[in-house]
Amino acid sequence: MRYDDKVAVDGLTLTVERGSITAVLGPNGAGKTTTLETCEGFRKPQSGEVRVLGLDPITQRHDLLPRIGVMLQSGGAWSGVTAVEMLRHIAALHSSPLPVEMLVERLGLGDCGRTPYRRLSGGQQQRLGLAMAVVGRPELVFVDEPTAGMDPAARRTTWELLQELKADGVTIVLTTHYMDEAERLADQVHVIDHGRLIASGSPFELTRAKGHATIRLVVTEPFPPDAPLSLARTLGPDTEVITVNDYSLLITGPADHSTLAKVSAWCEEQGVLPESLSLGQRTLEDVFLQLTGRELLP
Amino acid sequence: MSGTFTPAPGAAPLVSQVRTQTSMEARLLLRNGEQLLLAVVIPVIALVGGVIASRHLDFSLAHRPVDVLTPGVFALAIMSTSFTSLAIATGFERRYGLLKRLGASPLPRIGLLAGKVLALLFVEVLQLIVIGGVGLALGWEPDALGFLLVIPVALVGTAAFAGLGLFVAGTLRAEATLAAANLIYLLLMAGGAVVLPRSSYGGFGAALRLLPSGALGDALRSAFLDGRLDLVPMLVLIVWAVGGAWLAARYFKWE
Repeated sequence: MRYDDKVAVDGLTLTVERGSITAVLGPNGAGKTTTLETCEGFRKPQSGEVRVLGLDPITQRHDLLPRIGVMLQSGGAWSGVTAVEMLRHIAALHSSPLPVEMLVERLGLGDCGRTPYRRLSGGQQQRLGLAMAVVGRPELVFVDEPTAGMDPAARRTTWELLQELKADGVTIVLTTHYMDEAERLADQVHVIDHGRLIASGSPFELTRAKGHATIRLVVTEPFPPDAPLSLARTLGPDTEVITVNDYSLLITGPADHSTLAKVSAWCEEQGVLPESLSLGQRTLEDVFLQLTGRELLP
Repeated sequence: MSGTFTPAPGAAPLVSQVRTQTSMEARLLLRNGEQLLLAVVIPVIALVGGVIASRHLDFSLAHRPVDVLTPGVFALAIMSTSFTSLAIATGFERRYGLLKRLGASPLPRIGLLAGKVLALLFVEVLQLIVIGGVGLALGWEPDALGFLLVIPVALVGTAAFAGLGLFVAGTLRAEATLAAANLIYLLLMAGGAVVLPRSSYGGFGAALRLLPSGALGDALRSAFLDGRLDLVPMLVLIVWAVGGAWLAARYFKWE
């Protein structure tokens, strides 16, 4: 998938299991939305093949659209309609929509009142977008950054709704750049960066590392420049040390009972004072950092 | 076992989708204050003002002023709805992602277009009732056949202006569309032989017959003054309709 000569999504292969929640995770500009829009039939891939529910999103659009629900990243209503009017409108385009009142109540859209769409808050617009995506009782919903701009309560409500959809047999594909969202919701996570798939698996598979440890070290003063190298040498050949920032390192590698002791001995030797030193399972955030050398959220 | 969200997907029948779409579009056209000003208030002012002004000014009219001006104001009303209002509304629909949202719904493009056209025609009927009522109150004596002929004329006129309106809305940004649609409307209202017949424009009159505004005005005046379907302006409108539809289909950007 190209825009002019910039490749937005390149050789991405992923499949989604029915009745599961799949998260497409990546930083801004990774190609998440482009991937979704290609599945929704808004964009035609220059090469490759896309099948959604066995249908071609471009040539079989007419058969596909009634069966899927789409939540756009932003916008998606007349500027002058109220949230409830808009939801009613989308509902009326489907054959057996969900009761509008139920969704209004579940997603707290009642508090939008008579306010026209253009004056709703970002969070209210997001909740309406989600309601419009599910109101037609779709088999499959695509949600693009469902909780961006939502307050914590609305995020929780959204997560509960998505989990309930899944429990009732709806397949969900969501994009997000929130790790906690992917870890909490997704059965399957695809990490993409620069339009390429860099890792796939369940959150557990991605974060588990047998015989490996993930150690975070935060110190009170900036590390000397060669710190990552010297620490890696101290810990052995297979150890990887990533600079998170001037004060913080992330260490992964084979671990045994002496690993933590070695790290603290190294600190003493370097004359840096650890502020925190922790050993634990890595998070999806760490996975991303290890795969790309960059942090997910700027 | 079935839960609240158990899938039961499907599109509503096309007819009912189009009905839903039409009623929403028409409601939104009538709800907006500026649109209402454009649709009813300005045409009525033009009619009343024109009739009063014609007592003091010479517009070189061959008939009673109210008989010439009422069909001209009909033409103005059709132009304001099918060009200016449509363009502005569609421009903001693009801006707020509504078209994209509907593009992901079961509503097919043909349903979207049908909804828009039917909403325009519905608003135009209301406009014609109001303007016709004001005209009659001012002593308008139309040829009765005009009420039949207005149907084909309004249809091709709407098609001509709607194609152009969608072209503007589909290529410019929403604000630019707002400005351009209003500007073109004002220019055509003043200089396009809509309200006043071409004979009032002296030497320019002949050229104005080729504008959609002049053609629509001519056709409606023939219909209500003489009870005649004037084929030349109808042909001009058809050419504009085909050209506008081609431009809109070719250049319309959905986002």
